[in-house]
Amino acid sequence: MKLSTNFVKDYVDIDVDVKQLAEDMTSVGNEYDSAERMINATKLIVGEVKECEMHPDSDHLHICKVDIGSEILNIVCGAPNVRKGLKVIVAQTGAELPGGITIKKGMIRGQESNGMLCSMQELGLENKFLTDADKNGIHELPEDSKVGEDPIKLLELDDEVIDFELTANRGDLLSILGMAYEIGAIYDKPVKEMDVSYKENGENINDAFKLNIATDNCSIFLSKKVKNVTIKESPAFIKNRLMASGIRPINNVVDISNYVMLETGQPLHFYDADSLKGMLEVRMAKENEKLTTLDGIQRELSTDDIVISDGERAIGLAGVMGGLDTEIEDTTKNIVIEAAIFDSVKVRYTSKKILRSEASSRFEKGLDPNRTYLAINRACHMLEKYADAEIVGGIAVFDTTNKEDKKIDITFKKINDILGLDIPKESVLDAFRRLGFTYEVKEDVITVSVPTRRIDISIPEDLIEEVGRIYGVDNIEGKLPVMPLKTGSYDRVTRQIRNKMIDLGLNETLSYILVNDKEAKQFIKDEQAETLKLLDPLTEERNTLRASILPSLYKIYEYNTARNVKDVSIFEIGKSFYKAGENYIEERKLGALLSGDYYYGIGTDKKVDFYILKGIVEELMDYLGYAGRYSFVLPKALPEEFHPGQTAEINLNGQIIGIMGKVHPKKTSDDVFVVEINLDKLLEKKTGKMKYKEISKYPSVKKDLAMVVGKETTSETIEKQIKKSAGSLLTDVKVFDVYTGSNIEEGKKSMAYSLTFGAKDKTLTDEEINAILEKIIADLEKTLRSRT
Amino acid sequence: MKEQIEQIKNLAKEEVANAGDLQGLDAVRVKYLGKKGELTAVLRGMGALSPEERPIIGELVNKVRDELESLISSKETELEELALNKKLENEKIDITLPATKVKRGSKHPINRIIEELEDLFVSMGYDVVDGPELETDEYCFERLNLPKGHPARDMQDTFYITTEYLLRTQTSSVQARTMMANKEKSPIRVICPGKTYRRDDDATHSHQFGQIEGLVIDEGISLAHLKGTLEVFVKHMLGEDSRLRFRPSYFPFTEPSYEVDVSCFKCGGKGCNLCKQTGWIEILGSGMVHPNVLKMNGYDPEKYSGFAFGTGLDRLAMFKYGITDIRLLYANDVRFLNQFDRKDD
Repeated sequence: MKLSTNFVKDYVDIDVDVKQLAEDMTSVGNEYDSAERMINATKLIVGEVKECEMHPDSDHLHICKVDIGSEILNIVCGAPNVRKGLKVIVAQTGAELPGGITIKKGMIRGQESNGMLCSMQELGLENKFLTDADKNGIHELPEDSKVGEDPIKLLELDDEVIDFELTANRGDLLSILGMAYEIGAIYDKPVKEMDVSYKENGENINDAFKLNIATDNCSIFLSKKVKNVTIKESPAFIKNRLMASGIRPINNVVDISNYVMLETGQPLHFYDADSLKGMLEVRMAKENEKLTTLDGIQRELSTDDIVISDGERAIGLAGVMGGLDTEIEDTTKNIVIEAAIFDSVKVRYTSKKILRSEASSRFEKGLDPNRTYLAINRACHMLEKYADAEIVGGIAVFDTTNKEDKKIDITFKKINDILGLDIPKESVLDAFRRLGFTYEVKEDVITVSVPTRRIDISIPEDLIEEVGRIYGVDNIEGKLPVMPLKTGSYDRVTRQIRNKMIDLGLNETLSYILVNDKEAKQFIKDEQAETLKLLDPLTEERNTLRASILPSLYKIYEYNTARNVKDVSIFEIGKSFYKAGENYIEERKLGALLSGDYYYGIGTDKKVDFYILKGIVEELMDYLGYAGRYSFVLPKALPEEFHPGQTAEINLNGQIIGIMGKVHPKKTSDDVFVVEINLDKLLEKKTGKMKYKEISKYPSVKKDLAMVVGKETTSETIEKQIKKSAGSLLTDVKVFDVYTGSNIEEGKKSMAYSLTFGAKDKTLTDEEINAILEKIIADLEKTLRSRT
Repeated sequence: MKEQIEQIKNLAKEEVANAGDLQGLDAVRVKYLGKKGELTAVLRGMGALSPEERPIIGELVNKVRDELESLISSKETELEELALNKKLENEKIDITLPATKVKRGSKHPINRIIEELEDLFVSMGYDVVDGPELETDEYCFERLNLPKGHPARDMQDTFYITTEYLLRTQTSSVQARTMMANKEKSPIRVICPGKTYRRDDDATHSHQFGQIEGLVIDEGISLAHLKGTLEVFVKHMLGEDSRLRFRPSYFPFTEPSYEVDVSCFKCGGKGCNLCKQTGWIEILGSGMVHPNVLKMNGYDPEKYSGFAFGTGLDRLAMFKYGITDIRLLYANDVRFLNQFDRKDD
């Protein structure tokens, strides 16, 4: 909301610097973007062009002698409309113009120039406000302008404008009157009454005009008729105030509807009475009903749009935009004025679909029905005064609104309890008085009458805020709440996982959960393939929720390799999403990706491979207390992004909790390894307490065992068989060598294991151990056809 | 005989002195002092001597043996030392060559901020709670006093999945969840850090960003308590000299509502580029929990009051680590991530 300070001064007497006013408004909760003079230029003066000759070295420049009263200035001017006798705006040497321009004495093609003759554009007036004449040259002041005067004052452009960023609840501040009440409360000044006087002719609108309100979405609808208006240019003060408020002046009648909307906050609509059929109707649009709006665009409507009709056809979109057929034209003589309140939610819906206008933004935030009456009368006053209108008597009324003040009870105690202050009773009451609220006090209870203009106030807490705003809360002494001592809780295990992954050398990332629909389907199995798409994405690149963290990590990997960072080892703990049946599933996952070197140093094999990643997974699982409870198994089916020969699923107590492996070579020629673990599934498996286990007093014995087995035999199968055959005296078994090549026949491999035997209660004898070894060898030969 | 012994002694001494290594020395020992050694042979040959000569020669041989043994022993020490020095010399390495190690990991700056805030509030007895990012309209808006069609919904342009499901626009959704989950309707002290999403993406806004929400509900909670708590929070994060400014504002879920500015920590309030010459930086939204919110989530507003606050984690991370572009936080450039590989302070 752009506030013209000249405009608001019509209703409240203040004499405050514009910056100060903006700051004071901020301190009561109304932030601003900028606070500046409307024409932000210095050292301007009215001058008269006394002589005007062509520049000898130019085909368009003129050399002018300009009288500014105190002296005659030599000024070179390039405007096509400069001529002898013209009254002009002169920017003197040293003048500062918008855009950081300073006027300096200078030579233009050999001719001295001591200033500049200004166009309105050079003075910072927005393009949309420029008249055709102003677009093409310097501004021509009226002939009777006095040389030596301040041209900005002369043009009544000596206004200051504050651009407020208002909060969504303060619809009342979208009006000069509302602003006047707010400013009046700050500086303790009364708000002046608005002049709504006019004469009526002997006719009555209700004799030949009907209202038909056929929907609940209109709570009040008022109409008045005026006749024989003269359409012309508005007086300067109306045009200037509209421009200061960001609205383009058109003609006196249209300008008045906007002017009164700015003053009262109540949008008005003027219809050409002669194009109506003697009635106005409010109803919901029919499905696919067509309406051409003022901007010339044909709109297709739905049953959620409120329309105004003349009984035959839709002639306006209520609260949003009028129709083209009934608009005010230069030839219009008679006018029907509409002042109404439409349902804010419906207007919001329609305006979102079609257009945000000055009117719709006011309807959306809610309006005061008392202002509806005020506005229609003010419009008649202005039309009589500035458009020679003859006001038809009577008013057509449909009104279901409550126009009484709201009464809200609150206690002094409650105010001080919530604010944590000890405000004296007089200060509380003074705040209400300044806001223009009346009240009655009975013991501790204040009954406050809140005027209808403050639609944002409905409960006692709203009044507490008002007291806080006006009294000021900066003096509140902060203190900590007194609550029982306890230790707070937090999700420790996530931190432990994060720290473990960092200790293992990985960089933690934070990626977007939104990816494109193709990426969303990557690295997941088919049962999760119903991914979730946004209804209204910002870009197609981010239109779907990821169903796995891995597409995000893969994108990060690509981002980095494109920047020549080849060693990427990253992880992330985050959410991923999909739909299963009717359920929306949100899962917490740990994802990691490794590529390039994992180790630093020389003489080390540094490249990441499957087993390094497997080691990272095991480290994490063992650290979390799952040692011995998980295994890596061959997946039955796997997402196509995984290498079929280098991928494993992680099985914890019979449940698959994750997948790890190499990224398929058809996706990348680099060696990239990824893992994803479902933390929800992992962490629902409880782990036992860490407890000391007795160390055996008896020495353990190590034996090595080598065998040749088929190439397809997995180490896990061999280990399982060894454990099964050995029984409880085998305390550990580790593979220490895998060999294929010379001496080993095709299709076979040699595997070497180190076995540790021990007992808690005795030292094992060679005989005992050899017996076990023999059994192991015999069983292996039997089950795996191994040769030892 | 004496001459013979003397000769052996001299020869042996010379050979000991000439021994170049421990092996050679040992050969000398065997040659003279071994079972078949020359000196031993002299002893063996003593049977041929007269009984008078025997003790004299025996004593002489023993003396020479002792002398030679001591010589060999000290030569041995000398040679051992030599050998060790040689070994050490051989094992000398270039200590300036690079270390062998695993890459060092790093913690994302936003998670650093989250952990720091969690530690601070946990120490004050707050519980850290979590909620879904794929939220329902009910918890994100309706239970926070933002019915459908409310104009304030425009403040937060929302990513909808369906008309009911959405990506949460604010961690405030966890407020409603926490109140609803508390069956006894007992006092609440929680913070909720997490990811939030808005349909907004430009140089200063990311469509995904971090927020932290705080909520305290008890009997007798006032705005002064909010202010005191935020003072602890802000001073901890941005420095002990920070001052706060409360500006009345509007949020549908709090009443009264305040935006909180902190005195600029770069210029101390004098005015600079960071604070756009105002001396203040807007940092928090806060207020007293709206009675409708209390009521809708099962708390009696006649008995309980509460405060809530929320702030952006991205900006806190940017302030703390001097990060100038919000996009760096989400680009995950390894060269950026690697810079967060040590303890704070």
